[in-house]
Amino acid sequence: MRDAFARGFCQAARQHQNLFLVVADISPAASLDDFRREFPTRLVDVGISEQTMIGVAAGLALRGYRPFTYTIANFTIYRPFEQVRVDLCYQNLPVVLVGIGGGMSYSALGGTHHTIEDIAIMGCLPNMTILAPCDPLEVEAAVMAAAVQNGPVYLRVGKSGEPPITGQAEPFVFGKLRRISEGEDVAIVGYGPILKLGVDAAQRWKQQTGKHAGVYSAHTMKPFDQAGARALLQRYPKIITVEEHVAAGGLGSLIKQAAQECGSNARITTMHLRDEFIHLYGSQDDLRAAHGITVDSIYQELTK
Amino acid sequence: MTPEKITQAEARCRQYRRRILEVSQRLSALHVAPAFSCLELIDCCYRELMQREGPTPDNFIMSKGHGAMALYAVLEGLGIMSRFDMDNVCQPGSRIGGHPDYGLPGVEISSGSLGHGLPIAVGMARADLELGQKRTIYVLMGDGEMMEGSVWESLLLAPSLGIKDIVIIVDHNKSIARGSIPINHPNLLPLADKIAAFGWEAAEAEGHSAAAICQAIESRSRTRPFALVAHTTKGRGVSYMENKPIWAYRSPNRDEFAQAMAELAESKGAS
Repeated sequence: MRDAFARGFCQAARQHQNLFLVVADISPAASLDDFRREFPTRLVDVGISEQTMIGVAAGLALRGYRPFTYTIANFTIYRPFEQVRVDLCYQNLPVVLVGIGGGMSYSALGGTHHTIEDIAIMGCLPNMTILAPCDPLEVEAAVMAAAVQNGPVYLRVGKSGEPPITGQAEPFVFGKLRRISEGEDVAIVGYGPILKLGVDAAQRWKQQTGKHAGVYSAHTMKPFDQAGARALLQRYPKIITVEEHVAAGGLGSLIKQAAQECGSNARITTMHLRDEFIHLYGSQDDLRAAHGITVDSIYQELTK
Repeated sequence: MTPEKITQAEARCRQYRRRILEVSQRLSALHVAPAFSCLELIDCCYRELMQREGPTPDNFIMSKGHGAMALYAVLEGLGIMSRFDMDNVCQPGSRIGGHPDYGLPGVEISSGSLGHGLPIAVGMARADLELGQKRTIYVLMGDGEMMEGSVWESLLLAPSLGIKDIVIIVDHNKSIARGSIPINHPNLLPLADKIAAFGWEAAEAEGHSAAAICQAIESRSRTRPFALVAHTTKGRGVSYMENKPIWAYRSPNRDEFAQAMAELAESKGAS
């Protein structure tokens, strides 16, 4: 996904002359070399100074640039939270906060490097937009969408090696739930690379029972597609949400809220991380499994 | 500065103080004393130092947001902020409050939380390098604000980026909400030496003398970003307010108001 970001960003920079990259002592993916080569002066490394990274981005935006700040997600939004709130949201400036390694992508680096509350925290900030693409293809589309928003954007990206799952999906539309595969009876809705587990579970269900589960990417977590959610709730008797995030302020809450508001009787199962920090190591899938989210557990929910 | 200009600046700042006191009578609480310590600094920027016309006007960043009343008074004096807005500061329905908001006439950034102005100024200055635009960004900061970590991050960064056109003015009134910097936080001092150690040019001056402020800033080398540590007095101009922490956030009562107005009317040389 990092490479996809780099490709998307470079493409966007060719289209929009006002893009700027602000990094905080992180060496962006090698493929950002293209951007460096083509726009060598539109990159600034502020060093290990995340508060200043956001302030500098705000200053660039006040001069008409659209800066993308780039570092590991926890350093992008948690460390300089007040700068995000005041400099960007309160002043409503068009700065894109790129959070690399969203969720538990940096599984073995421990809890300091996880972002499992970011959607909730960014989601409650007025003026903030949240994009959380599920695969490298969707990252590129999300970067293009982020580059034309009028206010601040949090772009939650994974790390590397995420497989493509949206090759056959309907086109990406900012602010709209995106159908990855058509289904009946059950819809799986999620955001970010963890949605791959839902795709795999749906495939197994199809192979073993011949039934189809619809899979949807909620890539725009704010503004959330209320109309799209209502349509799913009316169409499917059962919905499973999957997210690499704690329950509070996540997708499960949004879907349940939408269900309550439209009087839906759909059965809703929310699969999310527990309200706990993670003190164990291993792969990203190991950590997801420790919180009960695996292809098997999603499959079990499909069969219930 | 000519003697005539100095006299005019003194008269203006006396009038600003009276105006802020007038506004304070409509409110139970207002940052009066923090405004009184930086009036000459702001007035000097706007009247003597800043290039305010043309395609690339200079910027004034009020990082010390709790000095807002001083900024508003100067902006009103220039006709940038309306008399109506100034009369209604903090009143129900007013768009002007106790801290400056981005988008209001003459207000370049939202401040009130400390340590935000300098990083933003560094971003603006970096943009100017990219755009090939020449202008100066003035940043007014409180001395207590210099305790914020983001300030030192940005002090460290600006010279490394080749930025030269930021002028920081530190309102060094030595007073913070709970006490005195020399007594409670002595290791913040000396400020000018610390800033210079971060690659800036730094100087000190008497912060209530327009001539001294102008002279110090105009004689900078322009080869590095510049900081002026301006020695000031919190509550300057009103005897009972000077260096009294309680006046950081209190409006005078009727008797106190009358005394303050009398002192400011009588003052001749002092502002």
